[in-house]
Amino acid sequence: MEMAKANTIRLMSEKMDELLQHWIELHLTNLSLRKDMIGNENLYRQSKDFIEAFVQAADGADLEDINRVEWTSVRKILAEISTNRSRQGYSPSETASYVFTLKEALFRLLQKEYGLQPDILIQETLTISKILDKLGLYTFETYSKAREEVIYRQQQEMLELSTPVIRLWDGILALPLIGTLDSGRTQVVMENLLRGILSTNSDVAILDISGVPTVDTLVAQHIIKTVSAARLMGAECIISGIRPEIAQTIVQLGVDLSMVKTRATLAGALKLALDMRKLTIVQIGKA
Amino acid sequence: MESTVKSDTLVVKNPQEIILARQKVREYARLLGFNLVDQTKLITATSELARNMVEYGGGGIVVIELIYVREHRGLRVTFEDQGPGIADLEMAMQDGFTTGNGLGHGLPGAKRLVNEFEIDSKIGVGTRVSLVRWV
Repeated sequence: MEMAKANTIRLMSEKMDELLQHWIELHLTNLSLRKDMIGNENLYRQSKDFIEAFVQAADGADLEDINRVEWTSVRKILAEISTNRSRQGYSPSETASYVFTLKEALFRLLQKEYGLQPDILIQETLTISKILDKLGLYTFETYSKAREEVIYRQQQEMLELSTPVIRLWDGILALPLIGTLDSGRTQVVMENLLRGILSTNSDVAILDISGVPTVDTLVAQHIIKTVSAARLMGAECIISGIRPEIAQTIVQLGVDLSMVKTRATLAGALKLALDMRKLTIVQIGKA
Repeated sequence: MESTVKSDTLVVKNPQEIILARQKVREYARLLGFNLVDQTKLITATSELARNMVEYGGGGIVVIELIYVREHRGLRVTFEDQGPGIADLEMAMQDGFTTGNGLGHGLPGAKRLVNEFEIDSKIGVGTRVSLVRWV
């Protein structure tokens, strides 16, 4: 059996060109819609690198465990391919099919070589199949890891985008809050608010929670903390966007928000803020 | 007697999954035709109890059920964890009492937001809270 394994590996390097060509053909048929996305030349070079690395690894190491150090360069090439494809918007199966089409190309090669020796053919097919399946799964894992990284990065971006501090008037800031107010969000909101109070020299800040879907005791606690921190810096906060169903729920929950100035609407909060700054809006002439 | 028409079971182990549980409860509450105030109450109670489970019970499962008892329709949400359990239930149900650093309104507040509320806890075994709101 060892003999046959060595034979297969030898076969792979000897018939490299034939194998490569067949593999790429199969792979491109699978990706028929995406020829534009990956240059043929690039694919050819990548695939050649992969087979060479595979032959080298398979020659030195056993074919059972792809986590061994001998397989490092194979894993590296695969990881690069799947990470790139994940970023370019390939689907998971399109990505994994890269390895699986090699299997098909190899089987054809094996069949030509061992067609008259069914025992060896079966044995070799099984061995090659096992290792390529493992590599295929590895591609898949790397693919999802790259996707998770993308999601994480987007979450972080959203966190920053979603907490703008708006200057409404001299000394009056507004923070429209949209989405779930968890501890991480609250921290960002508080930092942005406090920095905004300092840089714009404001003494009134309106936190609008119209876009916060659920106000439970944790959100209430976060609001109270934010208001207290702003107060320490000499600014008064107004919470606006308290919808009727939220008001009823907060009361039944037993949360006391009486020390916080609240208004139903942003317009109401702005009016209160102007009052606090001894400002008024007047109509001049007829509208 | 009581019959369950539709149900869902969710694993809740982190704050992101609390949001998913809330969304599922919202979906059920809408399906049952609860008005906006009642929907909000159910979702808020779910949020409190799911968070307790994550914070103190090491996470657990949430079962959401659409139930019929004779001509009454209602939504039952059950929270079950295998955490350390609550040492003094009577204390835990009092407003302002907390062993963490919350406001201490979670359990008693959630109870006020629903029609039926049952809590069962054994030290070293876990905690199970079940709430129902009738349409």
